This record gives sequence, C-alpha cells and structure tokens, in this order.
Amino acid sequence: MANMAQAIRLALHYAEENLGVTDVFGEDVGPPLGGVFTTTQGLKTAWNTPLDERGIVGAAIGLSLAGQRPVAEIQFCDYLFNAIDLLKLAGGVHWSSNGDWNLPMVLKTPVGSGIRGAIYHSHSFDTTATHLPGWKIVIPSTPLDAYGLMITACQEDNPVMFLEPKALLRLRGEEPIPGEPGDERKLSKMIDAPLGDRSKWKPTWPDLQPYSVPIGKGKVVREGSGVTVVSYGRTQPLCFKAAAALAEDGIDAELIDLRSLWPYDWELIKSSIEKTGRVLFVNEDTEVTNFGEHLIRRTIEELFYHLLAPPRLLAGKFVPGIGLADNLEMASVPQLPDVTEAIRALAREQP
Amino acid sequence: MKDLAQAVNRPQLVKRGEAALPLDRALLMHIHELMVEARILEERLIRMYRQGHGFFWIGGPGEEAFNVPLGLLMKKGQGLDYDYLHAHYRQSATMLALGEEPIGALRQMKNTATDPYSGGRNFIGHFSKRQWNIVPVSSPIEVHYSMAPGTAIAQKRHGGDGITIVTGGDAGTAEGDFATCLNWSSRPGNELPILIIVTNNKWGISTPASSVQGCKNISDRAKPYNIRSKTIDGNDPIASYRELTEAMAYVRRERKPFLLEAMVSRLYGHSSASGANFVPDEPDCVKLYEAWLEDNGVLSRAQMDEVHAHWTAQIAEAARQVRDEPQPSRESIWEHIFAEKK
Repeated sequence: MANMAQAIRLALHYAEENLGVTDVFGEDVGPPLGGVFTTTQGLKTAWNTPLDERGIVGAAIGLSLAGQRPVAEIQFCDYLFNAIDLLKLAGGVHWSSNGDWNLPMVLKTPVGSGIRGAIYHSHSFDTTATHLPGWKIVIPSTPLDAYGLMITACQEDNPVMFLEPKALLRLRGEEPIPGEPGDERKLSKMIDAPLGDRSKWKPTWPDLQPYSVPIGKGKVVREGSGVTVVSYGRTQPLCFKAAAALAEDGIDAELIDLRSLWPYDWELIKSSIEKTGRVLFVNEDTEVTNFGEHLIRRTIEELFYHLLAPPRLLAGKFVPGIGLADNLEMASVPQLPDVTEAIRALAREQP
Repeated sequence: MKDLAQAVNRPQLVKRGEAALPLDRALLMHIHELMVEARILEERLIRMYRQGHGFFWIGGPGEEAFNVPLGLLMKKGQGLDYDYLHAHYRQSATMLALGEEPIGALRQMKNTATDPYSGGRNFIGHFSKRQWNIVPVSSPIEVHYSMAPGTAIAQKRHGGDGITIVTGGDAGTAEGDFATCLNWSSRPGNELPILIIVTNNKWGISTPASSVQGCKNISDRAKPYNIRSKTIDGNDPIASYRELTEAMAYVRRERKPFLLEAMVSRLYGHSSASGANFVPDEPDCVKLYEAWLEDNGVLSRAQMDEVHAHWTAQIAEAARQVRDEPQPSRESIWEHIFAEKK
C-alpha cells in the first residue's frame, strides 16, 4: 500500500498526465529533492523556486490567471503566514471581479505536529484557512483520500488549499490506490528516488486509474450511537483508536472524518448529532477562535434541542508554539489519552 | 474623434515643421485627445465624490503622459499571445488608450450594479477586463509585483511576443514583492518577458520618497539582477512613447525583463482622503504638452479647446446617465464566491 506522500505524488502524476496540471513548484519541489516530504519526486512538471513564499503564491495566482493549472507548495504551513494577504487576494479574485476571472490553482502545504518539528514546523493551518472565503480547503487522513482529493482539487476552477497532515505522510492505508502494485517494495522501487546521485533516475509510474473524492463530503469512519466525534488530519486516526478502545468499555462512538473544511459536510455532522445527542470536535490547531468553535456554534444554534450534553472541543493549547521537548509537544496538542478521556467524559456526562 | 489614430495612413498636406515632428502628427493629436479625455474623466470623478456620487476617489491625474502611450502600445487581446497588464489604481488613461469607454469608470465610481469591473464591489480605478488580459486591480500596492511573474512564466513557455506588464508606484517598491518581481524575472536561464514599471510621483500618501528611499533612482535596483533599466520623464508623452516602444520591443524580442521608471506628477494628491485638491506646484503634463503642440504647429489653442469641450460634454452626459443606475442588490453578495463549471 502506498503511503500518503506516495499517494499525493501518484495523484499529481495522474493530474499532470490527464488533468492539465502545468506546474508543480515550490522550494525544493523539483529535482533532485522532490520535496522535503518527497511528495513531488519524479514529476515531469516539478520545478524549484527561490526561497520566497510570497513569490510562490503570487506565481500560482499569475499562472492560473494566464490559464495554466498550477500546484504550488509551501514547504511548511508555518511559512504561509508570510503570504496571508495573497491568500486573501486569491480567494477574492473571482468575487472582486464580479465573476470575470477565476483561479484554477492548488496550494499544498504540510500542517500540524507529530514529527517533533518545534516552534516553526508544527503549526496547523485549518483555522487560518477557514478564515479565507473563496478557497476550498481539504485535509485528508488516509492515502486513498489524499489521492482522490488531490485529483478533485486539480480539476477545480477555484483555489484549493490541500493541507497535508505531516505526521500521516509516512503512514500506509488499508485501501490501495487504484492501479498501484500490490507489493509496496515494488512501488517504492518504481517511484521513490534512489539515495545518492539521482541525475539519471526516472520513475516508472504504475498504470493509475481515475479516482476522486468530492470536495465537501465527509465520511463516517466508524458507526456508533452513543457519541459523535468529528475530526480530520492528524487527530483522525487517534480518534479511531480511542473509539475502538472505548467500545470495550461499552462506549459506542460514531466517528466522522470531515476531509473537507470548506465547504464542509454539515448534513453528515447534523444527522449524526441528531442520532447521538453528543458531539466532540477534535483538531490540533490552537483552541481560541478555532474552526471547531464555529462547528460548536452551529451545533448549538441548529441542534440545541437534540443535545444531551454540551458540545465539546478538544484542540491545541493557545500557546505561541509547540515546544521541541517531548513533554512540551505532548502537552500542547491532543494525544491519544487526551482524545480517549474526552470521548469517555462526554459519553458519560449527565446533567 | 477616437478615429484620429486611423488617420495615420491618410495622405496629409505637409505643414510647418512637419518633417521635424518626433511622432506622426495624427498620433500626436490622438495622444493629446486621450490625455484630455483621461484628465476630464478624473476631474469628473473627483466632482462626483464631492457631490456624494461615490464614497472615495483615487486616480491618475498627472500620469496621463505616460499611461496613454502605455495603453496605445499594448498588444490588446485575451490569452498568452497578448499582453497581460497588472495595473495599479492610477491607470484610467491606460484603459482609455486601450479603447475603453469612460462610462465604465463612472459606474465604478458610483458603485452601480452595472460597474463593468467589479459590479459595485470595489473602489474607482480598480479595473478588471479578462477580454483584454487586464487582471483585477487590488488596493495593496505591492501584491501585483508578486503575481506578474506568474503570467510571464506562462508566456515565456508559450513563446510568441506577448508580454507581461506590471505597474506600481514608488512607495510600493519598498515592499518585498518588488524584490520578488526582480528576482523571479531574472532567474538565470529563466528570464521572463516582463516590463516592470514604476511610476514615481515621489510620494507615499504624505511621506516623501526622499525620506524613506535610499537609492538615487529606483531603476538602479535592476542592476544587481542584470535587468536592463531606465529612468524617464513620464510627464513627456513623446519621450514616454519612444521609451516604451524601445523597452517593449526588447522584452518582446529578447523575452527578458526591463525595469522602466517614469517620473510623474500627482496633481490631486493621494486620494479623496487627502482632499483631492489640485496641486499647483507640480508639472502638469497636459498643459506642458499643449504648449508644445501649439509651439510646433500641431494643434491650435482653439482646436484643443474644442477637444476639451467635446469630452467635457461627453463625460458629463455619461455621468448623468450613470446617476440613476441601481446599486447591486443585497442578495448579490453571495454571487461569484466560487466559479461554477462551465
């Protein structure tokens, strides 16, 4: 099974060959490195830019204004704050020109903690991204969803932000990418760049099949009736593990992987909360004016009389950064025990 | 009167000093008419602001001598074979020179639903016209310096002679985006067909450039990037026409960048926020050019007065027409957030 980094690479290859993607670019995105997380190795349209995030976002806007279909990468989302007004501008091009222009561009960037990235390689971006009208925002938690969402993003006529949970980039999925060889060592030999001299290396691409995940659709990862858990990105597999463990204690959690943050699948969330009466939103961005707070507000306004307990949010602590030391990272963003306890407490909460 | 440019090929009687004229007589007259049209438009926009027919005015009186030749020399059309313009908000004269009717600007000033550039959403001077590769103007004066390399990369790859033109003011060159533009335009082996323009009016709202910019000429900033550059008198339409012709020919042919700094005036201050009052102590390119045209026997005062009267009447009539046009509806805020598949 491909890991998520390979799945993104396969999707971009598919998009170059079949969907008109013209440019995959960013810092160290082209050869020889193919991206610091290897998501762009061997791609024929990949190229390296100056170390200049404003230039990267600006070039993506310009390329898409000129009818190209760019996929730009910001090496770590921590460096995207540098270009925030360009993101605002990109989200507004269609609206501010009253529908005259549109930007078919994808911006991909690794997000979140989990690799001991310290203060400037651990930021999340979901809360900031969801403050930018005019963007579609996706965040996969499995390789197959990453493949399908990237393929959809590359067919969009609007700017799409593709958030890559960096802690999950090396994880393998349980569902194969359509067309990948069954043996993961074989896949690696075909598409992973070798160590050392890569100047003569070319990937051998598997015969990939079209597959897409629609933007705006979440999925129920685990059905349950006692409590709804809504998550995405790095915390999604933690929620899954927690729910599985809690089932042994008789707590029956329903788990939703949101996958798209804008537009998001309110119908899916709503129908689950109507069933369970309890909801926990889990993400790792800082908790003040967090995207989960928006979901709580909507839950209260629209589903108040279905609720058996207050809706809860488990998110990152509102501190300036995620410290390097193990204790600091563990204390700053939700870990498995935090998720387990939060679900347990909510499931058992009584008036 | 817009047809004067087409008179270029018509046989004409040789008049006094004809052989010595720096540009074709019909072209000189056409430039004059467009400069006057643009000036009268801007002055009408200021009057609309004063009369409450608009919330805010910003524009380009004082830049007509440069902006008219720019519009005349652009390769107008849609797509990679034509020029892309990443303009700033002082370029109504460029739009008129491209052939735009002035009523569009009046509509944007009045923020009507009929505003062809933003449907009443944006300030005056924030043009957008996909049909002519005019990308949406936005208020931050630096962002387009970061966007322009993108269209130029696509044009470099495409070939042909279409180029990217980006314009901004001197104050905006203090932003990092200006350095981005210089750097991305001059990557070795990947030089871009981009004409980088700075119209230098020596002001950033109330701050004199001399107090915040250390370089003697902004065009000097091209040197470390091996970009060709020049500083010109943007108050002289003939010099502007010739220098733009030369710079554009270089960018079109060599597919390499050029930085052109045009020294211009700011005749009504930064915007309505500073009163939009006439500034008497800066060179007025329309007056200077009219004196030259008269001295060289191209146009008489009476002929020029006729041009002024014509456009004053035309634009006043257009303003009357716009006055009663409706605003966008409240519900329209939800339109065009996302593009739909066609």
